[in-house]
Parts: sequence; structure tokens; C-alpha cells
Amino acid sequence: MERKVVDVQDVVIRFTGDSGDGMQLTGTLFADASALYGNEISTFPDYPAEIRAPQGTVSGVSGFQVHIGQKDVKTPGDLADVLVSMNPAALMANAKFAKPGGSIILDQDSFDEQGLEKAGFKTLDPIEELNLQDYNVIWAPITSLTKESLKDSGMDMKSIVRCKNIFTLGMCYFMFGRPLHFTEEYLKKKFAKKPNLIEPNIKVLNDGYNYAHNTHAIGNTYTIAPAKVEKGVYRSINGNQATAWGLIAASEKSGRPMFVGSYPITPATAILEELAIHKNLGVKTMQCEDEISGICTSIGAAYAGNMAVTTTSGPGLSLKSEALGLAFIAELPLVIVDVQRSGPSTGIPTKTEQTDLAQALYGRNGECPVMVMAARTPSDCFRAAFYAAKFAMEHMMPVIFLSEGYLGNGSEPWKIPSMSDYPSITPPIITECNGKFKPFERDPETFVRRWAIPGTPGLEHRVGGLEKTPGGAVSSDPEVHEMMVKNRAEKLRKVSEVIPPLEVIGKEKGDVLLVGWGGTYGHLYTAVNQLLEEGKSVGFAQFDYINPLPKNTAEVFGRFKKILVCELNSGQFADYLRAKLPEFKYQQFNKVQGQPFMVHEIVEAVKNLK
Amino acid sequence: MKYTQQDFKSDQIVKWCPGCGDHAILAAVLRAMPEICEKTGMSKEQFVFVSGIGCSSRFPYYMNTYGFHGIHGRAGALATGMKVANPNLSVWQMTGDGDALAIGGNHFIHEIRRNIDVNIILFNNRIYGLTKGQYSPTSKFGMVTKTSPYGTVEYPFTPGELVLGARGTFFARSLDSELALNQEIMVRAAMHKGTSVMEMLVNCMIYNNGTHADISDREVRADRTIVLRDGEPMIFGKNKDKGIVLDGLSLKVVKIGENGFTEKDILVHDSKSDNFGIHSMLVDMKGPDFPVALGVIRDVADKTYDESLHKQVAEVKEKAKIHSMDELLHSGATWTVE
Repeated sequence: MERKVVDVQDVVIRFTGDSGDGMQLTGTLFADASALYGNEISTFPDYPAEIRAPQGTVSGVSGFQVHIGQKDVKTPGDLADVLVSMNPAALMANAKFAKPGGSIILDQDSFDEQGLEKAGFKTLDPIEELNLQDYNVIWAPITSLTKESLKDSGMDMKSIVRCKNIFTLGMCYFMFGRPLHFTEEYLKKKFAKKPNLIEPNIKVLNDGYNYAHNTHAIGNTYTIAPAKVEKGVYRSINGNQATAWGLIAASEKSGRPMFVGSYPITPATAILEELAIHKNLGVKTMQCEDEISGICTSIGAAYAGNMAVTTTSGPGLSLKSEALGLAFIAELPLVIVDVQRSGPSTGIPTKTEQTDLAQALYGRNGECPVMVMAARTPSDCFRAAFYAAKFAMEHMMPVIFLSEGYLGNGSEPWKIPSMSDYPSITPPIITECNGKFKPFERDPETFVRRWAIPGTPGLEHRVGGLEKTPGGAVSSDPEVHEMMVKNRAEKLRKVSEVIPPLEVIGKEKGDVLLVGWGGTYGHLYTAVNQLLEEGKSVGFAQFDYINPLPKNTAEVFGRFKKILVCELNSGQFADYLRAKLPEFKYQQFNKVQGQPFMVHEIVEAVKNLK
Repeated sequence: MKYTQQDFKSDQIVKWCPGCGDHAILAAVLRAMPEICEKTGMSKEQFVFVSGIGCSSRFPYYMNTYGFHGIHGRAGALATGMKVANPNLSVWQMTGDGDALAIGGNHFIHEIRRNIDVNIILFNNRIYGLTKGQYSPTSKFGMVTKTSPYGTVEYPFTPGELVLGARGTFFARSLDSELALNQEIMVRAAMHKGTSVMEMLVNCMIYNNGTHADISDREVRADRTIVLRDGEPMIFGKNKDKGIVLDGLSLKVVKIGENGFTEKDILVHDSKSDNFGIHSMLVDMKGPDFPVALGVIRDVADKTYDESLHKQVAEVKEKAKIHSMDELLHSGATWTVE
């Protein structure tokens, strides 16, 4: 069989295996090596809630999809050109993600009778059973080759077998022409304290590479030329890390020391973990006893003059609701990051969704509108987190930044910004006043109150959950209450004067406007470009700001005949738009499967519009 | 700067019921503040009074200091955030038996476990007053209230046991009417580094009148309570003739001069002792066999969370190679596109 070298624009690889097989690491290493090589990348970890579900079963299958390309890689890709499955269960669960006619790499050693049965196969021929005859199936004895490779390493058998993911990685590096040295450097760093593991890991990586090279099992190999990207210094970053860094950046810009009160919850925990590292930049993190303490310690810290942050996911936001109302009425700056996951209740905790929008907008007692914003991509979480903190502090109010599991866990190359490109943050701190300080006296333009920080002589005052007069006295006067309700809402509305206007990608006016918010950006962007190439008259508006809406929203909507709101929920943003701008007709495209959109689904939805 | 009580008094009208024990606690706090400032060198603007919800939680409005009237049960978390954010503040948490021990129980024990340097005044009237008379986690077994018309079927907490169980470093108990003792306790609490819990047994005239009368009535108080003071023998009673001795592994009340017991046999109080067992037994003393212990029962030194965290931040900063966001952005694996 002659091997061809195929030059391609982009390729999607999906690594799947048991949750103990190290697929997340394999995928991450492949993605990082590709990014360092100069490709554009987008990743999507798809893993189960169980740390170690019963071995070999479908419920324990963990996956990591990587999309690499020369340009415009905005999503992890719909279907995989190459599916790697380390065991029968992984194949069972992931065959549906393999592109028809694509390649499937299987660890032959794990496809024995017992393994097939555990995975739920009824016959001994998984290829026929799953109708995969038209795929290029590559059977490789990965486990036994790994054992052979490392038999003289001095490692015990369990540790040797654990290296089979690195062997597989080596095979893929050959297949896609990736250089090995990035990963070799990584292994040297990772095992710096266990130097006896460096050599075996490098050996097994190379042996995997050479095996793929020497056998004829692998037909074609692919080259994906480095992307022609903008000049600059790049790094790979995931959404949760970008969120943490955006917050630290805001603390530095504002000069306000940062306090983070949080409670571990999937998929937001990594933000707290990342922030906990950066005490060198003055970040104080506190792992609280519960979600309520997470937000309440942060509110206390905000009152005491810190830039306060609490990070969570949907169920945690529910627990924080009452306290969020407290931050709102006390008019204290607070950033709440909600990395959304599938719900309701515990739902499917490791899967992504956009189902917390209604909760973020409405989930509190009383008249309590808060600012809600979102991010487009993993690296865009940096911008979103930075501005969430800027608006919270400059406008003295809580801001909810809705991230998503898809963004938090996903990663992409990022052109490193300079902090001088980011605007200043100037909280309205008051240090002295003539006469008695009135805590709820407002700036006539912005309606923002001032931040009097305990420790400042002469500004002693009380805040709290009870309604108050502008002077700070407790009041149940009907007119005072209504005035305060209106003023707090007006303060938020006025933020629409300073947020960027809505922009349209594609046609400025035309037949169909695709509308989205959050992490569906990449899929919608790619779909719109496909539709434009096909000559369709479409535009795409991405909402980074949800409450308040950009000022020009109605004007943009008016330029299109049809509006299609696409979101990973049952239509929460569409409902919100219907309430805010009832003069337009909104059609919906929704998916609530704990999975991101696929580009072709959106393209079809647009074509099928009535 | 020298302060007087008046400096700490706000212009708000105090809205507690006439005869409520809370008035007496406010009076003691106002008396204690100038003394605390003198002893600690702190100024008025460094004080923050934080509360949750309940009658006692109105307290911050009556102080001319910084104040935060929070939501039900969360005063402990709010106070924790303030102190950790700014350790230069003197944070006073005003809370009740419902606020701290029911809805806020989790924050209460963890605040104590972390030893946050906050002063907690726990107003224990064994009833929900603001919601007009329902039983609380400290109501006596069988107590008839609006939500327990046939009597409760649950045992109450002894707050001091919770405090000690959560590794508390400071616990004091007193009666609302003991103005001088309360001032003394508050000054001690302010000087203590770590969570200071002061349980104030307060009377609710309206919904639980006389709940502490079995020990607080003038006729019986001397015989049914004992005020503990460091270095002094544990002697009590109208005639100062009763004392507490160690009998095997337990405490025992003896009459001085009877059965061969002399003043020398009586235990001498030491709130600073590491002996958790003896503090625990003192916290647990109750009638009819024992007097209820008042005063500072436990006051031991240990690391505080707020100080430890700030120390850690300073240490990490000193050793770190990254000192700015720009440096962080360029740290680790990066690559350059020419």
C-alpha cells in the first residue's frame, strides 16, 4: 500500500478511552504541540462526572476532541477525521462522532471478548455491528507494543501500561507530521522531580511514532501547514485560566486588592485553583464552607474595599441568589462568574449548556436587575472577566459573567495582549466629604454611588439589605422605595451608553440574522461563513452584553427579514429579546443535549427556515 | 485619640422593645469602645459592626461606626470577608441564637474553626423574637411556642459546646444585666487575636420573658452563677462559701469548711490554659448541681486565618519571579510568530 502525504486545510482528531487512560492529557499535548507548530487549534474535552467509572464501560469513557488547521479554526469541529479509541467502550460511545470515510485507530489488545461484552457489543465484530466498514480502521496492538517498548525501563507493569496513551500520541504525531520536541520538552519538565520517568516516556513516544512510520497500517499522512496568523507572541490558554487572568488584570488596573470567596464546583473549580496560585500578584483566595459563604465573604470584602469575586456553576448560583440581592441593594461591586453546565439540579455536571441565562437575569426576589455578560471563546474569557470587574467597580454593582463548560475547559492559541492595551479602571472611591456622608447619593450622570471604604475617617455609614434613603437611613416609605427601585434599574440601563455597539458579521442587512451569545460564537461564525460562500444573504450578531443590551440592537434587528436565535437551551435569550424588543419576530434554533452545536446543524437550520 | 461613649452612639432611635436585654448589651458596648480604643490604639473609623437578621441584628444602626446589616445567618461570612480583606479593621459581629446557630450554623462553626479575628456577640434569648415567637435552636426541650404548640421535641444547643467543638480560642458568657462584667468581657474579646465568642444571655420581654430567670434573679444569682476570673479560686454563693473542686475526672461543688475542704482545694481559673477538658467542663456546668459559669472561660492564643493568609501572600510575593500581569502573560510556554 502506498502512503500518500495529503495537504489539508484542517483536521479533527478525537481521542477516546477509559477515564483512567489519560485521554485529556493526550489531547492537550497534541493540541499544544500543534499550537506551538503554528496551527490554529480549538479543543473540546468531553469527560464523564465519575473520576473512575467501572473500567471498560461506556459510562467511564472520556474524550478530547482537537481541531487543528491553517486558518479560521473557530470550533472543535463537528465530526472527527480521525477517531482514536483505546477500548471497545470508547468506540461504542464515539463511533457516532467519526466522519464517514474517516480513520479509526483502535487498540487491538483491548478488543477481546470480555472487553467487547463490557462495552455492550453483542457480537465479536464491532466494525460490522456499528456499520463502520467504510471507515479506514487501523488496528494497532497498542498495549502490547507499549509493554514491549518499556520492558527494560524498570517500571512496574501497571505504570508501563499507563504509558499507552503516549505511544498513541506518538502514532498521531507521525500521522499529522507533528514535531516531537515540544512534547519531549514538556515531559522533561513534568518529570523533573522523577527523572527516571523522563527517558521511558520519551522512548514510548518515539516508539509510537516509529511504529506508525514503519508499518503500513496507517495509510495517508497529513500535513497541515502553519497558520498565517498575525505577528506576535502567542500562548495556549483555556477559558477558566483566561477568566482568572482577566480578573487579576482588573485588580492590577484598578489598584484594588483582590479577594475571591468560592466553593469547588465543576466546571468552575479550575478558576479558583488558578487564582490560588497567584498570591504573588496579591490575590487572596478563600475556599469557603459553602456557596453562600463564597458570595457573602466576597460581599464583606467588597464593603471593606477589595475587588471581590466569587466563582461558581449553575447550582451554586442558585445558592447565591439571596446574597446577590444583598450586593445589589447595598450597591457593592462584585463579580460573579458562572461557568454554566447542564442542569437542572445536578443535571449532567461535566457537560456544557447555556441554560443559566434566565436564572442570571431573573433569579432573585424583588426588583433586582443585574448586569449579565458573556464570552465568545476560551481566550475571550480574559476580556469578559476584565470588563465584568471594570463595570462592577466603576458602576458599584454586581455583574454576572456567564461562562460555559465548553469555554472553561476549551483551549486555543492566544495572541498575548499588553496590559497597556486595556483601559484604566477607576472605582468611585470617596476619601473625604463635607458634612455627613450620604452613602446612596448618586452621580447625576451615571447614577453611581460612591465607595466609602471602612478605615476612612468621617465617612462612617451603614449599608445592608433593608431599603434605605439616599442618606442611608432605613426607610419603608413607599415613595422612597419606588424611587430607589427605579434609580438602581436606571443605573444599570445607563451602562448601555458605555458598552460597545452590536456588530454584524457577514451581510450588514439581508434575509437572515443569526443571533447568538456566549460559547456558540465559533459554530455560528463558521456556519455564517459557509452560508455566505454559498451565496446566502446572512448576517451574524454576537451578544457579548445581555443585560443591558447594546443600544443599537433594535436598529440591527430591523435590517434583516428574519431573525434566528441560536442557543444551547430551550430559548431563554429568545424569550428575553421578545420581552425587551417585542416589535420583532424571533425564530429559534435550540439544542439541549449537554453538547455544543455542530456547524452543519446550524447551516441546515438556516436553510430550513420558513 | 480619646473617645467617649457619645462618639460611638448613632443618631438613630433605638427600636427594641422597652425592657429588652439588647438595650443593656448596647450600653455595655458603648462603654467598652473608648476603653478598647485606648488599649488597642485603634480609631473609631476602624470599627465595623456586622449583623444578620433578627432583633439583635439591628445593632449596627445604633453605632456611629461603619456597619453592615446583612441577610439572615450570613453575618459570619460577611464578617470573615471584611476581616480577611482588611485585617486593620476591628470587626464586631452581632448575631442571635437563630441567626448564628440555625440558619447560619455552618458559617458560625467554620468562622471559629478558621479562627478569624472577629468579635462575636451572640444574643441568646432562646426564641425568635422578630418573627414573633417561634422556638430556636437554644429553646429548652418541650418549650411551648407558636410553632411548637404541644412543646418542642428537640434538644437545644449549648453554644459554648459548639464553640469549643469547633476549636474555639475564646469563649465568654454573661447575663445582659451584668454591665460591668460585660464591658470587661468585651475589652478582653477585643484584645484576643482570633474568633471571640461572647454569649450574652438576654431576656425577651415579649416572647420569652424570664427564660434566664432561674439564674439571673437577684435572689438566686449569687448561688446559681459563678463569675470566673483568671488567677482567682472558683468560689461563689451569697456567702462566698461554695467552691468547685476536681473530683476524679469530674467537677464537684463543695462547701468550704465542710468535709475537710479548704480554700486551697478550690480550683483556680486559668482561661489561658491549653487544658481543653477543664474549659469544656466549665462551659457545661448547669443547675441544679452546678452554678452556670460566667466571664471569660477560654482565651487561648493560636494562629488566625487572616494573619496567616496575609503572611502567605507576603512570602509568596517575596519569592516570586512574576510581579505584574504583563510578566504573567508572558510566563510559561509561549511562541513567536514572525
